[in-house]
Amino acid sequence: MSGAKALVESLEREKVEVIFGLPGGAIMPVYDVLLDSKLRHILVRHEQSAAHMADGYARASRKAGVCMATSGPGATNLITGIATAHLDSSPIVAITGQVSTSQIGLDAFQEADMIGIASPVTKYSFQPRRVEDIPVTVKKAFHIASTGRPGPVLIDLPKDVQMDSAEVEFPMKVEVRGYRTDYKPDPGKIGLAADILADSERPLILAGGGVILSNASEELQKVAETILAPVATSLMGKGSIPEDHPLSIGIIGMHGSKEANSLIYEADTLLAVGCRFSDRTTGKLDEFCPTSKVIHIDIDPSEIGKNKCVDLAIISDAKMALEALYRALTKTLTEKKDTAWSRKLKEIKETNAVKAENSGRDLTPPKILKELRRVLPPEAIVTTEVGQNQMWASLYFKVLKPRTFITSGGFGCMGYGFPASIGAKTAVPNVPVVDIAGDGSFMMTENSLATSVTENIPVTVIILNNRMLGMVAQWQRLFYNRRYSAVSLGDVPDFPKLAEAYGAEGLRIGSVEEFSRAVKESLKSEVTTVIDVPIDSEENVLPMVPAGYSLKDVIG
Amino acid sequence: MPKTFIISALVEHKPGVLYKVSNMFWRRGFNIESVAIGTAEQEDLARMTITIKGEEKDAEQLVSQLEKLIDVLKAARLDPQKAVIRELALIKLNAADPKIRSDIFHYVEVFRGRIVDVSPTSAIVEIVGSKDKIDAFINLTRDFGLMEVARTGETALIRGPESVRIDV
Repeated sequence: MSGAKALVESLEREKVEVIFGLPGGAIMPVYDVLLDSKLRHILVRHEQSAAHMADGYARASRKAGVCMATSGPGATNLITGIATAHLDSSPIVAITGQVSTSQIGLDAFQEADMIGIASPVTKYSFQPRRVEDIPVTVKKAFHIASTGRPGPVLIDLPKDVQMDSAEVEFPMKVEVRGYRTDYKPDPGKIGLAADILADSERPLILAGGGVILSNASEELQKVAETILAPVATSLMGKGSIPEDHPLSIGIIGMHGSKEANSLIYEADTLLAVGCRFSDRTTGKLDEFCPTSKVIHIDIDPSEIGKNKCVDLAIISDAKMALEALYRALTKTLTEKKDTAWSRKLKEIKETNAVKAENSGRDLTPPKILKELRRVLPPEAIVTTEVGQNQMWASLYFKVLKPRTFITSGGFGCMGYGFPASIGAKTAVPNVPVVDIAGDGSFMMTENSLATSVTENIPVTVIILNNRMLGMVAQWQRLFYNRRYSAVSLGDVPDFPKLAEAYGAEGLRIGSVEEFSRAVKESLKSEVTTVIDVPIDSEENVLPMVPAGYSLKDVIG
Repeated sequence: MPKTFIISALVEHKPGVLYKVSNMFWRRGFNIESVAIGTAEQEDLARMTITIKGEEKDAEQLVSQLEKLIDVLKAARLDPQKAVIRELALIKLNAADPKIRSDIFHYVEVFRGRIVDVSPTSAIVEIVGSKDKIDAFINLTRDFGLMEVARTGETALIRGPESVRIDV
């Protein structure tokens, strides 16, 4: 069997259904084999989008996504998408062609040292040099990508290894020495955590992306309800608790909700689950919940004490730890019905709700996003680009189910949302998928319109169009004395016309009613719809905490 | 006040591993003093002995970041009180002057080193010991013809049966 055939058969055995990719010289043997395979290949127009699609696919489906590219520029174009998946712990397997082994190191045509380039942004990277090694490499790659703290894995396959033939065996199981996934919660520590939480008068839970990755939303909710703890999330944890739940207080951090950013200072105990205390979440670290006890549950031991020193660390899968914690809590504690802390939460939420209703203008992002929530079914998936659109979405679009909010949290990668929406739609074709975009971000990967049209993967793109690189403009407005440097994008392109040029539908709306109608129509459409929503270019995302400041220092 | 920590790591002995480990040091901003590497008790394993200057927290983070790397099978901090720590240095000295030549021979004896190469104008001294001892010898000879220094970096093992190893 050829190396290329061994690769494709290994992928089939991993139950891969779809590959996002773009061929080139050094990966042609694999593409030739793909012609005879049942695997669906989705042709992208730029490799960055292939990695984002695989990532969106993974986040929506709970399975590793697969992307493929040729050597050199094809492979380096994947890197932005791989790095995005890395920082958000998303399981993808990236396969790149490489020049033949005899050419490696000679600066051959389209040669790039992918192991060298990818190592810092992957969970692991392989370069099998023998056909016999391919099946075990693929098995290991999927195992590493999707277990423990998930992440991207690279397989860099030299062209001669694709073309060589050998007898191969397909292992049913692999062991990777040096790789641990068996982190189970320590019963003693769970008991201790339960005692601390039971004694706490003002507990608060911070849920990160790890809760979503380990499918622990139900367990999270049960723990929160037992101790009546408000639940704040990081951006990556958004959706881990339904945001219409009475205990949900939205996201915390630089663009956190007023509830989350103020209650964190009153809490006497913080239970942080599957989060890494990133700077965007904590603000100035020294002043982040300085007086409360901190319990940290994470599956990655290197996250313990990396950013925030904690009082109690539990190294475990979030679901297992929360389950154990719930059992321990219910042994000693009967469900609390009402506490001074929960009354305070209720009061704060009511006051803020009243304030939010009073804003005059019509086509504002908060109104658009609230209307979008009204129109979309709870299971609809929303992706975002990066910048103001993303922060408006995180503040004003209430997510009701886990894995229905897909965003580039850690890497903050503009151009992510649209290809990710195509990847998500590929994974769950019966669910509506909407990309909340800005004009700047959308232009970075807009050529994915070609993929969505030719491959019949219809999504809805909502462009909050302020004709600006809006978040940079906002910082220049607030912190650089309105000196706008390189942020004006002009009134180009005409997005509806651009969409039409690709064979998609495009329309521009002028009111919330029109918007509502356009979204409903788009959900029925068989092609992708781009909805251009012109908004005020001076609009800020508020509230905001300036970078490096304490979460108390809220603007707006 | 930053302290020096010694970490022993058992890693896969295959191409690319040294890059992946040293890349992590750079990426995470660790201040590495020295790294000594060689084949370990099994052919397919290498042992890295890493010395790092920093705070307690840095040493803990380095161990967990090392262990997170899939090619690192085990990593642990060594207590200097309970470990044998050695470094080897080869030091080439200018020994053309007979007076200096005899001084060198004298110092080598005091430091329990060995002369391993002699030419009419030079000598190579081998010294094994603690980092401080080697530093002291180098400082002593700096003024009279220190030509070249090659040091292995510190390597170490825990005293007694306790080990940083994996079961086969």
